[in-house]
Amino acid sequence: MIQVKNLTKYYSNLCAVDQISLDIQQREILGLLGPNGAGKTTTLRMLTGFLQPTAGSIHVKDYSIDEHPLEIKKILGYLPESAPLYHDMLVFDYLNYVADIRGIENDRKLKRIRKLADLCGINEVMHQPIDELSKGYKQRVGLAHAMMNDPEILILDEPTSGLDPNQIVEIREIIKQIGKEKTIILSTHILSEAEATCDRVVIINRGKIVADGSTESLKESAVDKKNIHLSLQNSNFKSVESVMSAINGITGVTRVEETDGQLDVRLRCESSVDPRAAIYENIKQTDWVLLDFHQKTQTLETIFRELTRESA
Amino acid sequence: MRQAIYIFQKEFKTYFVSPIAYIVIAIFLLVTGWFFFATFFLFDQASLRNFFSLLPVIFSFVIPAITMRLVSEELNMGSYEILLTMPVTFNDVILGKFLAAVTFVAAMLIPTFAYSVTVASLGQIDWGPVIGGYIGAILLGAAFSAIGLFASALTRNQIIAFITAMAICFFLTLIDKMLFFLPQSLLGILAYLGADFHFQNISKGIIDSRDVIYFLSVCFISLFAAHLALQEKH
Repeated sequence: MIQVKNLTKYYSNLCAVDQISLDIQQREILGLLGPNGAGKTTTLRMLTGFLQPTAGSIHVKDYSIDEHPLEIKKILGYLPESAPLYHDMLVFDYLNYVADIRGIENDRKLKRIRKLADLCGINEVMHQPIDELSKGYKQRVGLAHAMMNDPEILILDEPTSGLDPNQIVEIREIIKQIGKEKTIILSTHILSEAEATCDRVVIINRGKIVADGSTESLKESAVDKKNIHLSLQNSNFKSVESVMSAINGITGVTRVEETDGQLDVRLRCESSVDPRAAIYENIKQTDWVLLDFHQKTQTLETIFRELTRESA
Repeated sequence: MRQAIYIFQKEFKTYFVSPIAYIVIAIFLLVTGWFFFATFFLFDQASLRNFFSLLPVIFSFVIPAITMRLVSEELNMGSYEILLTMPVTFNDVILGKFLAAVTFVAAMLIPTFAYSVTVASLGQIDWGPVIGGYIGAILLGAAFSAIGLFASALTRNQIIAFITAMAICFFLTLIDKMLFFLPQSLLGILAYLGADFHFQNISKGIIDSRDVIYFLSVCFISLFAAHLALQEKH
């Protein structure tokens, strides 16, 4: 559906996006993750044709963005970050204007606006000025705007930023509902959002892709770096380090914290060996008091932090 | 082209949603009315020549106030991003906004027909210069609107857009009155650059193609510059 090859964008000497390549399938919900300033918005702006890439190519269906920008804009809906709408217009007038610009015929226009108002839950604010709306409603109007032409591709830049938890859940539900029929690309730095809504996640850091895959496959790949956490009393780090280092499969022992006689350590393990039984047996032979013993499972958040920290 | 018409409609309506339009029209009518009628009875002539001679200077600060928000506001709010990711071209955006500003200038001139009617009721008015004056006013308004649109496309700050446009409009209005400072060889060229020089020709009731071409050229160059300014942001 969308092919991006070696996409690069420079702002003067600053490289915001560095040779990104992506292949996005039809009806895929793709989450673009990354810390602030990673290049997510710039990438999306290039995909929508708002910014011209310094190098690289974008093809949507059979159209190149350089040669057929209007054709691409016709099959694309875009909601920029914080939904910058015309604040002095009424919601209905605004959607009517968007429908006109999108070339929707007069006899279909009202029906389409009604359908979107139902889908996005904005029926009760249709005759209010946009600047009097709450952030959540503005975001919904922005979504209705983006879907006006029933686009095949929907691009959403941080669609839930600044919303309260209830609004976040509502917007996510709307995105999931739309995602059954459309290709959606959304950027976010909220990891739970990507986990909850996306089929595929691309993590960007400093303009480069550092991970690409489904949330499950990313987690599986990260299991290679298994960690075990121990909390002990009546022990010291030196003796713990010497006992644990001798166990097969443990590659490193790190002191996390030591307060009031309690020692927290992290054991880095090889993925091929499960050393938990050996750890337990070894502790049993000492006079240490075991307060906590658990294997840390990798969340998207820890993967994200590792990937974006490693590249930094 | 259809998109340009929708943008024009939206921009024109937007003028009248906020109080700006009414304030600008009121100030324009007050200033022109005051200056025109303050000296009207002294000359004892049934003509609108004084009214039209005031227009270039008054337009120089009124039109930048009308055009300053056209692009700057969109750049500042971010709605420009929404606009340009819909299936519109730069030409649609520029043409729609330019037509809205010109139509607003025309709407602002409509109440001044009352001056012509008042003057006609007081004496024998020559309608040729009046009609020429209004045609010239529209051309002048269009040229200054294009300059204002260009200034607005340069910055997201409306005040800077206003001052830039006002400076350019004042320069074009006053340049032919500053000629005594300049070398003899440049007089012809610089006098030709003066907007007031061309406007006064038309307002005498003589529609000379050179004057029309001058105003159309200013429009074209300014709109083209606005196009380049928008493209640079792209």
